[in-house]
Amino acid sequence: MSLFFDCLFAFLVGGALCVIAQLLIDLTRLTPARILVTYVSVGVLLGAVGLYEPLYEFAGCGVSVPLIGFGGTIARGVRAAVHESGLLGALTGGLQAAAGGTAAAIVFGYLAALLSKSRPKRL
Amino acid sequence: MGHILKPRERVRIFSRGSAVGHDEYRGPLGGLFDFHDKTDRFGADTWEKAEGELGRTALNLALNRAKLSHTVLDLLFAGDLQNQCVASSGGLSSFGLPYVGLYGACSTFVEGLLCATMALSSCRELSRVGVVTTSHNCAAERQFRLPLEYGGQRTPTAQWTATAGGCVLLERGESGVCVDRVMAGRMVDGGISDAANMGAAMAPAAADSLLRFFSESGEVPTDYDAVVTGDLGREGSAILSDLLAPHGISLGDRHRDCGVMLYDPDRQDVHAGGSGCGCIASVSCAYFLPKMEKKEMKRILLMATGALMSPSSIQQGGAIIGIAPIVTLEVRE
Amino acid sequence: MDNKQAYKKYVDRRAARSPVLRNCVAAFWVGGSICVLGQLLLTLYRRLGLLLDEASTLVSVSLIFLAAALTALGIFDRIARYAGAGTLVPITGFANSVVSPAIDTKSEGLVLGVGAKIFTIAGPVLLYGILCGAVYGVIYYIVTLFM
Repeated sequence: MSLFFDCLFAFLVGGALCVIAQLLIDLTRLTPARILVTYVSVGVLLGAVGLYEPLYEFAGCGVSVPLIGFGGTIARGVRAAVHESGLLGALTGGLQAAAGGTAAAIVFGYLAALLSKSRPKRL
Repeated sequence: MGHILKPRERVRIFSRGSAVGHDEYRGPLGGLFDFHDKTDRFGADTWEKAEGELGRTALNLALNRAKLSHTVLDLLFAGDLQNQCVASSGGLSSFGLPYVGLYGACSTFVEGLLCATMALSSCRELSRVGVVTTSHNCAAERQFRLPLEYGGQRTPTAQWTATAGGCVLLERGESGVCVDRVMAGRMVDGGISDAANMGAAMAPAAADSLLRFFSESGEVPTDYDAVVTGDLGREGSAILSDLLAPHGISLGDRHRDCGVMLYDPDRQDVHAGGSGCGCIASVSCAYFLPKMEKKEMKRILLMATGALMSPSSIQQGGAIIGIAPIVTLEVRE
Repeated sequence: MDNKQAYKKYVDRRAARSPVLRNCVAAFWVGGSICVLGQLLLTLYRRLGLLLDEASTLVSVSLIFLAAALTALGIFDRIARYAGAGTLVPITGFANSVVSPAIDTKSEGLVLGVGAKIFTIAGPVLLYGILCGAVYGVIYYIVTLFM
C-alpha cells in the first residue's frame, strides 16, 4: 500500500508543479527557459532553508523529478561539501551532486546527435 | 510627385513556377503547386541547402513552362529568410546569372517584382528578368526560434513559416498578365516586439501602404478582383480590417491572405496562418497568376508583408518593423 | 490607433489566449505520470539493493535516457506540443533541451556545432543552478563559523 501512496503523492505534487509552470507560461508570457531557471533556483532556495527534505519525504519523485529536485540536489551537495572541505566545498559541491544528470544528458545528447538526424516538424 | 510608380514601358509576367513541402501540399491548395517534396529535403543534406534547392527548383519549373534555357535571363532578383540570404546564393549560383540579392523578410517577393519591373521598364539592355523567393520551415525554425526537436507549445497568434518557393519571369510586353503599377512600402514601427505575433507587427505597415495607395490612386478595393496580402494570417488580417475601418475602407470579400489560404486550420495545427517569403510567392504562382491567365480575375493588388527583425533584435526587446510593398497586376489583350 | 501604446494595448486585448484549462489538465496528468514513473523506478532500484542516493541518480539517468531516445526518434516534440509544462518541468525537459540542439547542430560539425551549441538552451539552468549553489555554499560556510 505504501507504494500506492508514494505514487499518488508523487503524481499530485509533480502534476501540481507542472500546472504552476503552465500557468506562468500561458498567463505571464514568461519563456520556458526563464521558468526552468526559476525552478532550479527555487530548488536551491528550498534546500537552503531546509524545506526541500521534508517535501521530498512527502512527495518523493514528485519533487525530485521536476527541476526543483535538480536545485535541491545541488543545495544538498553544497552543504555536504562545505562540511567536508570548508569554503572550497561551496564551489565543488554543486557540480558534484549534479554530475550524474548533467553527464547523462551530455552523453545521451551526443549519442543522439551521432545516431539520428533532424526531422521536419509536422503540422 | 507620388509614391505609386507607373512603369514607362509595360512589363508582363510570362512564366511562373512553384514548389512546396509536405504540409503545404496537404493544404487546400496542394494540387495547384508545380512540385512538392514529401521529405521537405529537396535532395539536400541540410535544411539551409534544402531551401536553396527549393529556389532552384522553382526557377527551373518557370523556365520549363516557358520552354526556355536559363541563358535567356539577363538578371535575377532573389531573396530568402536566411542570414545573408545564403539560400538564394547557394541554390542559384550554378545558373551563372547576374544576380541581385534582396532582403525584405516575408515581403521579398513583391519587393522583387517591384525591382524587376523598374529594371525592365528603364533599361533597354535587359530583355528577360527572373524573381525567385523562398522560405523553409526547418531553416527558419533553426535560425529564428528553437531546434526542430525541442518540445514546446506555440501561442495562438504564432505563425508557421511555409516551406515554399515561387519564381516569376518577366519581360517587356503589352499582353497577358502585366504589371500595372508598383509602390514601395514604408518602414512602419507599430511598437510590437512579440515575435509570436507577427500579424500584429505587420498590420500597421499593411494599413499604411493600402491607405497611401488608395488615396493617391483614387481607387477603392472593389476596383480589384482580389486584394491579396502576403502573410498577415488570421490575426493580422483582422487587425488590418480594424485599422482601415476608421478611414472608410473595407476590403470585405476582396481580401485574400496567402498565409490563411495555404493551410487548412481544421486539419492542420497552424495557429494564425502561414508566413515566409515563399508564402505569397508560391500562392501567387499557383493560384492567382493561373486565375489571371484564365481571365477569371482581371485586376489584382498584391501586397506582401514583411517583419524586419533578427533573433538578436528580438532578444534585445527591439520593435519589429513592418513593411508592405504593393504591385498591381492586370490582364491585357 | 494614434500611438504605439494604444496599439499594443489593443493587440494584447484582442490576441487569442492559449487554452489555459486544457493545457493545465495536460500538464498535470503528463507531468504527474512522469513523476510516478520515476517513483516506480526508484522503488525498483531500491529493491535491487541500491542506496537511496545512487537510486535517485539512476532514476534521473533513466528518465534522461528515455527523453533522449524519444527526442532522437522525433517523438518527444509531439508529446510536448500536447503536454507543455508537463514534459518541460520534469528532468525530461532538461534532457530534451540538451539533446535537441545536439541533433540540430550536427550539420555544423561535431566540435563547433554540437560541441559549442549543445547548451544553448539548457545552459541557463546549469549556470543559475550552480551559481545559486555556490552563493548558498558561501552563506552556509559563514553561518557554520558562528554555530
